[in-house]
Amino acid sequence: MSPALPQSRYSTWESLALARITTLMSLSSDQIDAIVTSALSAIASASDLDALKEVRIEHVGDRSPIAKANQSLGQLEAAERAEFGKIVGKARATINSAFEDRQKVLEAERDARVLVEERVDVSIAAKRTPQGGLHPLTILTNEICDLFLGLGYRVAEGPELESEWLNFDALNIPADHPARTMQDTFFIEPLDSRLVLRTHTSPVQMRTMLEEKPPIYVICPGRTYRADELDATHTPVFSQVEGLVIDRGITMADLKGTLDYFARSIFGPDVKTRLRPSFFPFTEPSAEVDFFFNGRWVEWGGCGMVNPKVLRAAGIDPEEFSGFAFGMGLERTLMVRHGITDMHDIVEGDIRFTQNFGSGLR
Amino acid sequence: MKIPLSWLREFAALPVDCTPELIESAFVKVGFEVESIEVQGSGLTGPLVVAKVLSIEELTEHKKPIRYVGLDCGEGSTRYVICGARNFEVGDLVVAALPGAVLPGEFSISARETYGKTSNGMICSARELGISDDHQGIIVLPADQAAFGADAIEFLAINDLIIDVAVNPDRGYALSARGLAREIALSLGVDFKDPASIDYLAGVAKSAGAIVDVKIDDPTGADYIMIRSLEGVDPLRPTPLWMSRRLQKCGMRSISLAVDITNYVMLELGQPLHAFDAARIDGALHVKRAGSQMEFTTLDNQKRTLSADSLLIADDAKALALAGTMGGLESEVTDSTKRIALEAAHFDPISIAKNSRSQRLSSEASRRLERNVDPAVAQVASARATALLVELAGATFVGESVAGAVAAQRTISFKPRAICDLIGFEYSDDQITHALTAIGGSLEKVSATDWTLTVPTWRPDLEVLSDLAEEVARVHGYDIIPSRLPTGKAGASLTPIQYRKRGVSALLANLGFSEIYSYPFVSPEMVKTLGFVGPRAASFKIANPMSDEAPLLRTHLLPGLLQALQRNLSRGSKDVALFEIGSVFRDTSALARIGIVPTTERPSDAVINEIYGSVPAQPLFVGAVVAGSLDRKGWWGSGRTFDWSDAVSLAERIILETGNSVEIVQSDLAPWHPGRCAEIRIDGKPVAHAGELHPRVLEELGLPARTTALAVILSELPFAPQRRAVPVLTMPAAIQDISLFVPADIPSAEVEAALREGAGDLLESITLFDRYDQAGDGQISLAFSLVFRALDRTLTADEVSAFRLSAGARAVERCGATLRE
Repeated sequence: MSPALPQSRYSTWESLALARITTLMSLSSDQIDAIVTSALSAIASASDLDALKEVRIEHVGDRSPIAKANQSLGQLEAAERAEFGKIVGKARATINSAFEDRQKVLEAERDARVLVEERVDVSIAAKRTPQGGLHPLTILTNEICDLFLGLGYRVAEGPELESEWLNFDALNIPADHPARTMQDTFFIEPLDSRLVLRTHTSPVQMRTMLEEKPPIYVICPGRTYRADELDATHTPVFSQVEGLVIDRGITMADLKGTLDYFARSIFGPDVKTRLRPSFFPFTEPSAEVDFFFNGRWVEWGGCGMVNPKVLRAAGIDPEEFSGFAFGMGLERTLMVRHGITDMHDIVEGDIRFTQNFGSGLR
Repeated sequence: MKIPLSWLREFAALPVDCTPELIESAFVKVGFEVESIEVQGSGLTGPLVVAKVLSIEELTEHKKPIRYVGLDCGEGSTRYVICGARNFEVGDLVVAALPGAVLPGEFSISARETYGKTSNGMICSARELGISDDHQGIIVLPADQAAFGADAIEFLAINDLIIDVAVNPDRGYALSARGLAREIALSLGVDFKDPASIDYLAGVAKSAGAIVDVKIDDPTGADYIMIRSLEGVDPLRPTPLWMSRRLQKCGMRSISLAVDITNYVMLELGQPLHAFDAARIDGALHVKRAGSQMEFTTLDNQKRTLSADSLLIADDAKALALAGTMGGLESEVTDSTKRIALEAAHFDPISIAKNSRSQRLSSEASRRLERNVDPAVAQVASARATALLVELAGATFVGESVAGAVAAQRTISFKPRAICDLIGFEYSDDQITHALTAIGGSLEKVSATDWTLTVPTWRPDLEVLSDLAEEVARVHGYDIIPSRLPTGKAGASLTPIQYRKRGVSALLANLGFSEIYSYPFVSPEMVKTLGFVGPRAASFKIANPMSDEAPLLRTHLLPGLLQALQRNLSRGSKDVALFEIGSVFRDTSALARIGIVPTTERPSDAVINEIYGSVPAQPLFVGAVVAGSLDRKGWWGSGRTFDWSDAVSLAERIILETGNSVEIVQSDLAPWHPGRCAEIRIDGKPVAHAGELHPRVLEELGLPARTTALAVILSELPFAPQRRAVPVLTMPAAIQDISLFVPADIPSAEVEAALREGAGDLLESITLFDRYDQAGDGQISLAFSLVFRALDRTLTADEVSAFRLSAGARAVERCGATLRE
């Protein structure tokens, strides 16, 4: 609260002014000047908005001397009225304008003071909203899918509990072939159900080839299973992303270009890749793909040209179409890219790990 | 396999200075991963000599028995050393490190006083020299093979690189010195001398004697077998040091001379051999199936039960060996063996793989045979081993018997142009010719565009053009292939369910939930604790689970979520909100069983449908659990625990956001609290459950009271048509509150529905803003706020009050409500 001016001063002044106007019912320019001087002085002395409110009633409002003077104009002769009308009008305008100016000044002062009083410590508000997060595997999967959507690939998904025929046989991995023991498979009881937890997302490729006619451009992310003990670098349940392209005139150079593009998008423009000859039953020629990141070569995944036997099993003529396929482990990609040193962090579901990645905003 | 560089050098003209880096990159370039390269002899400097033990003085006054040994190191005087080992006698040849020598691990040898004697050197074990892990005693050398005083570093061929190469399953021939020498020679572009092209029996005389006959009873088991018979074997002769050292470098132990010879030849040429004691054979040898289940003891002294289709080597009376996998105890070569029947066969790879798999017995032989061995090398390996038995074991060669025939060499006709087209690189004809001859093939150029390759016998994996393309590409290096980026089809986009997954995960993450990916392996105890019955107890069982405790596949996301919740809380987190999106596996329908479906062509649509029908539907769920608050307490004041109503509201919101409308009904589904569980339905069909978990479940799992959970079957939510926009009305709203008492068993959703119906078309929204339970009279007080708005005018007080009365009347009539005024 601001201190009000002494009430008595106004009262005295008001009674004098009212007495004059109401009793004399005539005006002189001196009187008007006095009213104005008095009003301007009161306005100037109002030190806060409350005081100014009082001043308004006494000097500006309907019952103020100047208002009364204005009202009394009607009692004057026409000639006098015109003359004094101008004087009174000018006086009112002077008072109103002074009032408004003062009001603006006082409001600005008040605002400034209140805002200072309302100052808070903004630093305490940090992390008040609930912290959640997407698993970084989700963020990475979305990123990869978007990357390949941009290249005109569809995202294909399939069941994790899968037919052995689609997981192995059709991919040129016959029963009792040593290649089946490369992948420690989880089998489902009874064994003649011929169901396995898929060891790779390749059965999705097979399903795609059975369901669609070439040209085929798909990217297949998903969870896969191999009977490895959980340790710092292995997990029995992991994530893969595989790509499959079947079209006319597809060559190993197309595979190489696609992997280069993929690696640069995920690891940055300076990353290098290399292919090493390898063996996979479902590709021929086959290769391992490595990338050079932070000063070392890292094994990334397998790839190759789709084996004609696989194309035939899907009813695609290898004389007309060729294709390539590649597959990477997402956990390894994530570990290398984000410096995750222990697989346990990826699989255990600790919120401190996940929240660090937030919702993947960039 | 492990192979010493010195062995590769015998067949490949490798540069004198071969660094481990050069060897590794050369193998990698042609498709062989190098697991490790051990530099033997690094950190070892002499003098290291062969010494003869002249005397042994036993020192018994110490804690353990110690020997004070006199050695002749060829120095003209006796050198005395202290030795703790006991596996040698006077007259034995040992390896002595003399003062000034340094052993691996910077272990300097000097003369020193110990056990009251002066020790002038050290008698060494294999491990101390860094040549094997053997520390069972010191090295005792075969007596007649070394002159004492000789440099033992050279004599033991210590300086060598031991290369451990990973061989892919299509390259059985490369599990040999011969195969790996060929590969590194072609990688480095140096000459290769094939050890299989040597006539090992030239100059080996045949003598008279009994020849063991051989027959292939089951031609699906082997297409070729040769038995060479030898007599007069001296089974007690020692294995020469050069041979035992090579076996050692390859990671094999020396066993006996005859067995060592078969192993040595296998490592050299890749052909597994087996030596039978011919005295144990009744009649002829047969390649045959077991025919019925039978007992058989292998030479590792394991009694095994063989299945009917096990492939055997048998004689006229009994089984002698599990073919290509392991010999039998009864017919193995022993100290008294005089006659040997030496088997070399080309077995069917699949049969050997089955033998090995069914007995869980992976041997050096089976590892090679199941990857397919060069069929032409069997007789060469047999000859090589025969010659060695004659030379080293004093045997005489009697003769051979053969069954079956070596498969004819295959040819592949191809167009060289097609190789360029598949690889995307313009190889010249010369480059293609070079590659295909470097791998051992021979080319016939029928015309400029049509060529025929005669496939080397050791490359059964080469069948079609793409196989040849790989050979050309790897010989010339994958690094020269250009890089080109193809693009796919226009119109690629996510599917509706993929959009839904992304939307739900983003929604929950933004609300403060952390996403997890849990293992879908569940224990029967967890199923019991959660009270799952019916479809949710119908789990698939893994035949070979990671843990016998958790062999079941999840039928629900809650087991994994609750375990992750336990883990987070036990690690000190207080307010934990988790979610997971994933498939569940319910064995709820009889699935088709499929037989053998050939892969040589596309199956018929009917068969494809059968295959698809053999795979269960795997519905996609989102599940979430919360312990504690999302709206936490803090400097701002107290927080609010996330309770059953938040869980229900969140499940409802997920479904509403998919554009579906819901009905929420009371449920008592386990593992939820029977009084605090909502079932959410779309068109009468349950699609979600949410609420507080059962107190007993929470107690059993050690979770905080009032922990909540929700689960929504994302794949069951219909994809709603494009949503219609709601017109945004701009006339003033009129708000009316209404309070009523209803019987406690009437769900507020029903009251709300009645009010909504009674309120008429101008009702814009209805919100329950107060609810309290009047002390025990079976009545609940509910207060709703009704907002009315018209499209075209301001509603009058009379109008809205009439709407309110009408709404109340409907609740009275429908729900037995009484209005509070």
